[in-house]
Amino acid sequence: MSVVKQDRRKERVDRGIKVRTDGVYAVSSWAEITYLLLPRMVLILGLLLAPVVLTAFPYWQRVLSHICVYALLAIGFDFLANFVGLVSLGGGLYIGVGAYIAALLNSHYGLPPYVTVPVATLAGAGLCTVILLPCLPLRGVYFAIVSLMFPLLAPRIIEALDIFGGTDGIVGLDGFPSGWVEQYLMIGCVLIAVFALRRMVTEDVGLVFRGVKDNDQAVKASGIDITTYKALGVFIAAVLGCLAGACLAHIYMWAGISQFGLDYSIIPIAATVVGGGGTLIGAVIGCVILVPISELLRDFGTLRIAVYALILTGFIVYKSEGIMTYVTRKYEQFERWVEI
Amino acid sequence: MSGEPLLRVEGVSKAFGGVLALSAVDLDVHTGDIVGIIGPNGSGKTTLVNAITGFIKVDHGRVSFKGHDITNWKPHKIADMGLTRTFQVMRPYYSLPAFKNLIVPLFSRRARRTGGWRGGGKMGSRDTVAVDILEEIGFERDSYVPYKVASSLPTGYLKRLELARCLALRPEVVICDEVFSGLSMSEMASMVPLIEKLQMEGITLIMVEHRLRELFRLANRVVVLNFGCKIAEGTAEEVMAYKEVKEAYFGSEEVLTYV
Repeated sequence: MSVVKQDRRKERVDRGIKVRTDGVYAVSSWAEITYLLLPRMVLILGLLLAPVVLTAFPYWQRVLSHICVYALLAIGFDFLANFVGLVSLGGGLYIGVGAYIAALLNSHYGLPPYVTVPVATLAGAGLCTVILLPCLPLRGVYFAIVSLMFPLLAPRIIEALDIFGGTDGIVGLDGFPSGWVEQYLMIGCVLIAVFALRRMVTEDVGLVFRGVKDNDQAVKASGIDITTYKALGVFIAAVLGCLAGACLAHIYMWAGISQFGLDYSIIPIAATVVGGGGTLIGAVIGCVILVPISELLRDFGTLRIAVYALILTGFIVYKSEGIMTYVTRKYEQFERWVEI
Repeated sequence: MSGEPLLRVEGVSKAFGGVLALSAVDLDVHTGDIVGIIGPNGSGKTTLVNAITGFIKVDHGRVSFKGHDITNWKPHKIADMGLTRTFQVMRPYYSLPAFKNLIVPLFSRRARRTGGWRGGGKMGSRDTVAVDILEEIGFERDSYVPYKVASSLPTGYLKRLELARCLALRPEVVICDEVFSGLSMSEMASMVPLIEKLQMEGITLIMVEHRLRELFRLANRVVVLNFGCKIAEGTAEEVMAYKEVKEAYFGSEEVLTYV
């Protein structure tokens, strides 16, 4: 920290080019078009080129698929937490339900992945929404606790009743035709999800979601049923989660009780904190950072949770706004000292 | 004042634990009325508003609106029928610009049915309708005020924003919970004609107030509550002549001649 004199303070001012690119006139010059497209292209091209760059490292290509699985969950978590006001720890539930539905359809009825994935996505999301429906009146930490209960409960039920293959899970599923299909399918889903949701939260319906978060009483007084919108929000998050789960089942060619695991509930939260809550893209960035770290630390076994905790603590203490919020601010504004 | 009342409250009671917040309150509101509800602090005024608009469930009694029994309906269904309310503690969406606050009510089924404030067929962009409504209610369109973030607006504008949220639903009844409280004298002076304008546009109003001077200018009927009971009803002069009302406001030892 530099020495801050009493009679000065830091002022943040929008960069000229940021202001000029606010409206439709941004298309009038290449500089402004570039300014707008550059960050988006870094993300899009970066993700699209990643499988090509990693051709020599098949292990890391598989990690890339993992990143996408977690990214879909994290986008859903960020949307629910920062735009609908429901802090959901149900990530494991979405993954597990999606994986098991896809696995059952594939192993029992012999349906190919291009049928099982969409069906598991929609049916699973519907199922998760119905499961969470009674919990929707709960708020804040209470909803978080109850939503964590389901992914803890599901494996015990499967174990106890010995259904769906019991502790062995369902093995021998069809994989995707090739690694390229798998990776580009996942990357495509992440990109579509993140940009579609970013658009939606600025539309009128997105404002209703934000209203439910900011102030549910006023939404009720406006003649809108908040339970409907909360359920819709959960459904959207569950669609992303179940899609990720169904893909995961076909990637591993296996569905088992470890897919209800705590990782799927916790890592999305950590990724959202690291990336910056409420930006949606931040959730993806957080996963791009955290999931490879998690892979590198695989040798340490459960000790990697400690490293996770350190990273998370560091971010909360030193950069609680998250990477995306910080970078956006630097990109759009400059800071200067002004005399008071 | 004839025929079926638009809104009828019959014998509504509500207890919070051992405290009887409302005991057998009756209230009839006819189309075009401005009904004032007054009473000392804690007399059950806001509880009555909450009971009518479904924000709390009543223990006994019946609320009917346009001939339908709406007792203990969900708040959004009651608002959907055209019975809307403002909140005493303002509840804007603080992170949104003022006009974006109105997108939420304009998104409701009722607003889609009725086509927003001006009405007539299909709405244009909701943003346009929202700015139109704000202009009706005193946010100047060409100034920066409608586009400012709600958290930076002063109380006067937030109170208007509360009213605007009701108007976006094209309501038949607006229940104003203390729209005058916290306003400066000049803000209050401009609020009174606004309420009169709403009445002329055919909106029935129920006003819960502590500002008696402004209320008595507007209301054609006043109801006084004390400890959850209705102790008087009538015109402003009639009500203030009641011994119980004076006692409720000033205590029972001395009787003042003028309020």
